[in-house]
Amino acid sequence: MATHRGRGMAAINYPIGMNLGGDPSQALVHSNPSGKFTVALSSIDLGQGMKSVTRQICAETLGVPVEDVYVDTADSDTGPHCMGSFASRGTHRVGNAVMAAAKEARGVMMEAAAEELEVNAGDLETDGRGNIHVKGAPHRSISVKDVAIAAQFRQGKTISGRGIFLVPLSDVDPETGEMSPATCYAHACLVAEVEVDDETGEVGVVRMDSAYELGRALNPRLVEQQLVGGAWMGMSHALYETTEPYYPDPKQGPRDFVEYLMPGPGDICPHDIAVLERPAPDGPFGGKGPGEMCANPVLPAIANAIFNAVGVRIDELPITPEKVLRAIKSQGGARPQTRR
Amino acid sequence: MAKTPLQFRHNGRDVALFVDGGTNLLVVLREMISDVTPKFGCGQGGCGACTVLIDGDALLACLTLAEAVEGRAVETLDGIKTGPNLHPLQRAFAEGFAAQCGYCTPGMLMAAKALLDKIPQPSREQVVEAISGNICRCTGYEPIINAVLAAAASLRASA
Repeated sequence: MATHRGRGMAAINYPIGMNLGGDPSQALVHSNPSGKFTVALSSIDLGQGMKSVTRQICAETLGVPVEDVYVDTADSDTGPHCMGSFASRGTHRVGNAVMAAAKEARGVMMEAAAEELEVNAGDLETDGRGNIHVKGAPHRSISVKDVAIAAQFRQGKTISGRGIFLVPLSDVDPETGEMSPATCYAHACLVAEVEVDDETGEVGVVRMDSAYELGRALNPRLVEQQLVGGAWMGMSHALYETTEPYYPDPKQGPRDFVEYLMPGPGDICPHDIAVLERPAPDGPFGGKGPGEMCANPVLPAIANAIFNAVGVRIDELPITPEKVLRAIKSQGGARPQTRR
Repeated sequence: MAKTPLQFRHNGRDVALFVDGGTNLLVVLREMISDVTPKFGCGQGGCGACTVLIDGDALLACLTLAEAVEGRAVETLDGIKTGPNLHPLQRAFAEGFAAQCGYCTPGMLMAAKALLDKIPQPSREQVVEAISGNICRCTGYEPIINAVLAAAASLRASA
């Protein structure tokens, strides 16, 4: 009886968003007389960081400091319509909608500033620190706050913008069946190393190494953390999670999320991640987004690693010790494969 | 039902109130004295979101009868910063991206504080053990473990 090491790999070509009904999301941006901006969304931040990334996108597009933007999410009573936080679409779809809304708001802001400075709006630029000045003449300047006050109390204008992002619906070619379900794809490759105990069937993940290509990483630390957490979820899908366990009787299964088994802090492993950036032409500032792809390649990589370790091919998730042990027994013992 | 008088220290301040028999500490903290830093997660001791320190021990507020803290010191996340300065653990969590949705964070911080108060320089295994009763569904634990170790290092540097 022994433990066997194995290594498995999986690569993924992952569509961002979907193409059912055009997959639209909307955003509204408006300024307050304080010169701060609010982004109204009904999109939901589940902890993946959409609030942070839409805030950055809005601030960058408006040309104002990120501290001056507030994102109000997850309210379908007050926010404009969003298809939802799924299909890895948040950064791309919602980000594009926010960018469009911020662009329109910036147009109004520059017009209002032009009226105050008595110049053409085309001659103005933002300094990203909360001021608008004449190109080449930074002393002819007005703060965004003063522009917001002037728009509200003197000019009678709302500094606001509307944005929507809609992918044209792709029809299926009747001859070939071909269609374009997505406008951009992200990519990844992940190698998992496991240890399989042929006496108990237990699988431990020893380490993971991965490379992710996800457009421009708009917030590199958030991207990295999403990939770390997502890989843990992938490992959880691969080895732990099911609503219908447990031996010997289904009655011993979980009744709620407290009893729903997922790996704890003692079950994790080192994970080295390389992020490659190939900006998407139709992404906000080139972003595609990690999304669900951060979990997906982990499952096949672990299944392949188990095959490499003991020569059993488990094609049903999760890969529990019971399944591994039965498969090892039915082939008459562990059959370690060649290490690649 | 008769009310029971209850006095305890809450983050260094004396609190006195009347509670119904059977009330748990989490209800007292969140609903009676408006300290909402301990979170209600499962209500059955399985998730750690309501972790508080009672006389320095990390315990679950949802499983602690209010009367059991009579005369004792209860510390919550609300009390760990000094004036405007975040506790080194809070800073390390923020800098290390150890929170995503944030729901487990108060419990994680209190479990980690109980550890560092007793073992200022813990090993990685001791950190894992200390937070093993706290469930996080976003981060994959790695950044939380790293943040606790980073906080321990910064406490050592400032000691």
